[in-house]
Amino acid sequence: MASAPTTVDHVRPPGRTWEFIKRLRGGDEVAHLITLLAAASIIVVTVMLVYQLYVNSALPRHKFGFSFFLGKTWDPVSGEFGALPFIFGTVASSALALLVAVPLGVGAAIFLSELAPPRISNVTTFVIELLAAVPSVIYGLLGIFILVPVLRIVVMPFLKTTLGFLPLFKGPIYGVSMLAGGLVLAIMIVPFIISVSREVLMAVPVEQREAALGLGATKWESTWQVVVPFARVGIMASIFLALARALGETMAVTMVIGNDPRINASLFAPAYSIAAVIANEFTEATGDLYLEALIELGLVLFLLTILINGLARLVIIATTQKGAAQG
Amino acid sequence: MKLKSSITGIVLGAALIAAGVITLVDSPAAAPAPSPLLINAAGATFPYPIYSKWFTDYNRIHPDIQINYQSIGSGGGIRQLQAGTVDFGASDMPLNDQMLNDFKVKVLHFPTVLGAVVPTYNIPGVTQELNFTAEALADIFLGKVTKWNDPAIANANQGVNLPDQDIVVVHRSEGSGTTFVWTDYLCKVSKDWETKVGRNASVNWPVGLGNKGNEGVTGLVKQTPGAIGYVELIYAMQNQLPYGRVKNSAGAFVKADLASTTAAAAGEAKMMPADFRVSITNAQGKAAYPICSFTYLLIPASIQDVAKKTAIKDFLHWMLADGQNDAEGLSYARLPKDVVAREMKAIGQIN
Amino acid sequence: MSFRTRWRKFVNVFMLSLTGLCALVTVSVLFFILGYLLWYGGRSLNWAFFTHLPTPVGETGGGMANAIVGSGKLLLLASLVGVPVGILGGVYLAEFGGQTFSFVVRYTTDLLNGVPSIVMGIFAYTIIVLPMRHFSALAGGLALGVMMIPIAVRTTEESLRSVPGTLREGALALGTSKWKTVATVVMPAAMRGIVTGVMLTLARVAGETAPLLFTAFSNRFWSSGWNQPIASLPVMIYTYAIAPYDDWHRQAWAAGLVLLALVLVANIGARLVVSRGISFGKA
Repeated sequence: MASAPTTVDHVRPPGRTWEFIKRLRGGDEVAHLITLLAAASIIVVTVMLVYQLYVNSALPRHKFGFSFFLGKTWDPVSGEFGALPFIFGTVASSALALLVAVPLGVGAAIFLSELAPPRISNVTTFVIELLAAVPSVIYGLLGIFILVPVLRIVVMPFLKTTLGFLPLFKGPIYGVSMLAGGLVLAIMIVPFIISVSREVLMAVPVEQREAALGLGATKWESTWQVVVPFARVGIMASIFLALARALGETMAVTMVIGNDPRINASLFAPAYSIAAVIANEFTEATGDLYLEALIELGLVLFLLTILINGLARLVIIATTQKGAAQG
Repeated sequence: MKLKSSITGIVLGAALIAAGVITLVDSPAAAPAPSPLLINAAGATFPYPIYSKWFTDYNRIHPDIQINYQSIGSGGGIRQLQAGTVDFGASDMPLNDQMLNDFKVKVLHFPTVLGAVVPTYNIPGVTQELNFTAEALADIFLGKVTKWNDPAIANANQGVNLPDQDIVVVHRSEGSGTTFVWTDYLCKVSKDWETKVGRNASVNWPVGLGNKGNEGVTGLVKQTPGAIGYVELIYAMQNQLPYGRVKNSAGAFVKADLASTTAAAAGEAKMMPADFRVSITNAQGKAAYPICSFTYLLIPASIQDVAKKTAIKDFLHWMLADGQNDAEGLSYARLPKDVVAREMKAIGQIN
Repeated sequence: MSFRTRWRKFVNVFMLSLTGLCALVTVSVLFFILGYLLWYGGRSLNWAFFTHLPTPVGETGGGMANAIVGSGKLLLLASLVGVPVGILGGVYLAEFGGQTFSFVVRYTTDLLNGVPSIVMGIFAYTIIVLPMRHFSALAGGLALGVMMIPIAVRTTEESLRSVPGTLREGALALGTSKWKTVATVVMPAAMRGIVTGVMLTLARVAGETAPLLFTAFSNRFWSSGWNQPIASLPVMIYTYAIAPYDDWHRQAWAAGLVLLALVLVANIGARLVVSRGISFGKA
């Protein structure tokens, strides 16, 4: 292969290695490699995590097999372990949390990004982000000393008298309940939704808003029909972050949810989540089967997360319009 | 621009200073010289307050020995001891034979203090101390007795106007030595409980709401009319909670306090095995409170590190002689005298 | 004015007020929590809290000096691990990634985010503490660091994506190589979002207790180096909050406040350093 005499400064050997090294010096390949390694390390760590969970849950897997998912009894004394009540508790409490936190969070984010004066918006968001640092235990204490009494004395009786015909609001009122668990989770995850959604909303180019307004849209129409869809993917990302936290949250939930591994249609009834039971019983679990059953629950939570994430992504794919979101 | 860059400079400077301080504080030069011996221990949460006092006091007498105890739970303590990540452990429950076999080395039990578990309740309109028979307690927690004015309770409390109110049972949500003691007692007094539920740090409760720690149980009981729960005596004493008397095996209704706890231990001390593993619930003796237990330090019978071995043995001596004087101040019951004497001899088993 | 226009105007005012209501509700609740913490914790703060080691119950003058320094150390190590991996991973997803591999990485990141903190602690325990046969600040810092990664990745990716394509294209048209474009044009433009993400993940991790219980353990004394157990604020809060003693409860609230203050300082510091960040959204 002859090199073009006008462009070559010095003789270099032909071959693909040299071409690669040349590109390396250019920096792009290096950057690609480094960032690729960073991204790959995430996969490596997660795989290691799942492997550890799998290997360390061998005893109950062999003993119960698939019936672990369907078993309703959790009895450390007799050695019978079933995950269903916890799966129910985790899914239901997280769903409830999202139901409350997403409208509130996205609504607040819209307000803070579109309507609030910049200074107020910045300070408020700053404080909200700070609240992500409040330890779970403190949320739990506040939950049990403030939220639960409020629910027991004011909110639940009100719901019972007005909507008591629904199975959701039947049964005795204790205060600690699925409702309390869902609400505490909602409070804990709303900072994530507000913070990230606000960032993406503010990053939507001004031209988009102006174009809508120029066509005669009201501020709300411009926001809801142009800006929000533009930022849709980012808002979804914030919801995923929030959901992940809700699924894995332990301390605060266990202090207000009642910790009763039973499945009940009513929001007033106590419940139990996977993360809560692991946190509660792990440090005192004696005996290998018991310990490994708890680890298997961790694995179950992992599988649940995979499932829920997959479903959510399908929903996004089904509803994303072309050109509405970046990327 | 100038202002911003100078602010940046200040912030970076502050960060550097902070980093410097951390390294300085951190370096061996800051720690008392020569480098102290650090002994790590882990286990039960119930005796944590007194253990923390003991280890701090011991460190003041022997500044070169630091015993770092963390309350991660009895089960955690046992497992960390098995894994070798701590030098000794602590547990509210004695290890059973199977657990002892799981250990590669021999483990010795050393009782340290006594604790008791009491039934606390919240019944609107009732301010008196209630009497509970063993059967009543068992049936309440089994879900068989569901109202406060049930004869099972009322018969032991003549003269108290018990309302027709639902009983709300509250128990511990996390695994705990307190639950072990409570369920151990219920097993001894109720065949039904023994077959249906059993004894453990965590059980499959037939009824009730769970909450975390004494704090959680108390909080829930206080807020829920008609609730009954069980908490450690210390907790009830420190927070002035109302709690009931329990009928002991001699037929007397005894209120839990330090004296009745020690009486329970003294009653059982004669029948205590050589390795100190014993359950003292439902103890003999008219003055004994029936729901008590020892809490144990789990010490390996052979310790390689000579310095650590000497330190641990010396600590045990100190704990049995001087440390016991701290118990009452913190609402723990001290060990009976003969148990102390036997333990002093048992220290010799550590090689 | 036609009916339709009146209806649209009504909807406009109604919905915008609704968002204001949402903001009010969430802000009130969150500010209430902050206020409670400030009030309850502030009452228990004193000089001894910051300078003394923990004392047993009944002795006054105890503090959490070692826990404050300990949390600082752990968060420093966690950031050294979590921030670079997180940001670089986010850069990969936004700038360099291929279709399927990016999907897998994103999915895995979300999974990692959903792992309960106690499971992460157990994981770090089995792969670091057990082989080393002792608890250490290293194990704790690494556990926290891994927990920081997912949020950092996702927020970095979203911030980078929010930067308009025109910026990239302009730089590329000028002959800048891709990595230079990303490093000198795109990232500064997205810097505010990236810093938000890093602060958010730092805040989240700062309050985590469960991962530290089995890794960093805790220490009543000063710990030196990275190989000893180390005290931290969340673990102290957890231990004190569920104990029977009032004095310890007050210390727990005070510690919660100090923890928040620590995160606040880190937050302000980072934002000041990056305060030249340019936002193209609301130009």
